[in-house]
Amino acid sequence: MCLATLEVFWTVIEVMMDVCNWDGTVSAKDFRIGALSFAQKWESLNSAFPPWSWVPCPKHSWLASHELLQEEGYLSLENICISRPNEEDIDQNSQTDPGEEETSCSEKEDDIDDATLVQSNHHELHYCDFHVVYSYTFRVPVLYLRAYCSDGRPLLLDEIEKELPACSSKELPETKWAFITQEEHPYLKRPWYKLHPCGTSEFMKLLFLGGDTAQPKLEVVLELYLLSWFSAVGQVVGLTIPCKMLNDR
Amino acid sequence: MRKALQKRMEAQKYVWEGAIPLQIHLHESQVTTLPPPPPALILAPRIGYLPLLVPLIKPHFRSTLPPGVDTIWFEYRGLPLKWYIPTGVLFDLLCAEPERPWNITVHFRGYPGNVLIPCDGEDSVKWSFINSLKEAAYIINGNCKNVMNMSQSDQLELWHSVMNGRVPVRLYVWGLSEDFDDLEDISQVDSWEKISYVNRPVEIHKEGKCFTLHDAMKNLLPEFFSDESLSDSKLAGVDFEDVQKIPSEDVSSNKVVEDRGQNAYEHREACYISSSAEIKLIRIQGIEPKLEIPFSWLVNNLLNPDHFLHICVCVKVPQ
Repeated sequence: MCLATLEVFWTVIEVMMDVCNWDGTVSAKDFRIGALSFAQKWESLNSAFPPWSWVPCPKHSWLASHELLQEEGYLSLENICISRPNEEDIDQNSQTDPGEEETSCSEKEDDIDDATLVQSNHHELHYCDFHVVYSYTFRVPVLYLRAYCSDGRPLLLDEIEKELPACSSKELPETKWAFITQEEHPYLKRPWYKLHPCGTSEFMKLLFLGGDTAQPKLEVVLELYLLSWFSAVGQVVGLTIPCKMLNDR
Repeated sequence: MRKALQKRMEAQKYVWEGAIPLQIHLHESQVTTLPPPPPALILAPRIGYLPLLVPLIKPHFRSTLPPGVDTIWFEYRGLPLKWYIPTGVLFDLLCAEPERPWNITVHFRGYPGNVLIPCDGEDSVKWSFINSLKEAAYIINGNCKNVMNMSQSDQLELWHSVMNGRVPVRLYVWGLSEDFDDLEDISQVDSWEKISYVNRPVEIHKEGKCFTLHDAMKNLLPEFFSDESLSDSKLAGVDFEDVQKIPSEDVSSNKVVEDRGQNAYEHREACYISSSAEIKLIRIQGIEPKLEIPFSWLVNNLLNPDHFLHICVCVKVPQ
């Protein structure tokens, strides 16, 4: 997977948004269309990576979904390992001379890869769930995340910041477009971390500057919206978009 | 003009000075002395938040607490109370038949971190409040800037623009599967799963006729409204002219109802909205307004300091 920088992304965009009239926001309905399209595209072009799935959510837990006028929901990507192998441990282990080991074990040791070495040094693996939820206030997608150990223990913010340094308060000062707060998940009603959306509409507007006037289908435009949003936001939490997704137009 | 302004100031005084009498009991697991300490009696501002009462509560129980670090949280009949919801809203939502004083329990240990976001006291409340204020400012203004630095005249201008755009609203909907005649008969809320939290602005477009609370509810809960006319079904409630006569030292809306010589709670008629569900109760700042009330009156008079209109709704849903 290659890292998608905003500059690379601009060169492949063919859609022109009327910058004067568009404020960078989308409706709930458009978010759903874009999200479903994005998830589908991700799955077809990115099979090495787990797929995003759309989770429909009733607005009221006690109301049957067929009675709802409009389906609500969010995009979900869960159980993503965010742990990096500890460099110190790898160096230590490479210094061990396999020839000094018991002969019955030495052949097996040669086959052990780094991941196993990390685990055997009692490093817990940390996992993260990502949800993309629509904000009615800001009319843009918002990223919610939750991190935990393999035994289910939730991670605190400073532990998350170690694994995802771009999330830390030093990297995302309040004057920039995003910062992390702890908030109740709008549908799951549990404490999650949210990447604050104030400013999202501004950078979304910027992303669509210039270009030709080819008028594509609405689904393509909205998928592009999610793609653009994700290319910026995903970098903060270490999720990147494969170049294939950008080139497939 | 002056009279209207005076009336508005009275209503705002009512909101800002409204208070809930609390009787706060220490949870039995944390009582280390015999006899157990008496409950703390506190008048809590409606527009405030429970953690801000801790400086009043802690000294009261200090001598009976077990040693160790305190992580304070509140609970009503087993339900942990969300500290970022204003006290008055919690009371309106969870106490169907208003209980005075409101008996809640305080814990100093065993914070339920899987349900409640951590609270480090006043700073957490401040942070949460400012975030809400910025959110409200964004809804009204289109941006988060300058929220803290607005002048008086800017604020007035803000409210003129509200009725032509979006209004910050937080809606709490309690779904009940059983029917009831008397509020006392309702079973307690035992889980936050039973309450839908709808945090979305009401969109107002200026048309010929007045935008009422009914229009706002239709906007927020379209799934509860059919196209049938609702002219003959109304929720009993307090007329807004009467609300403006409330003396500022009153702490409850019940007094107004009783003064009028009727028991509005007994003669409440359900509002049949769709065949499958009905709205039984709508409460804002402890008041149950009629559906015909102009929404602008509610916005101008009953907002919380975070500039949100917090609306508690109780609905009956099919099994």
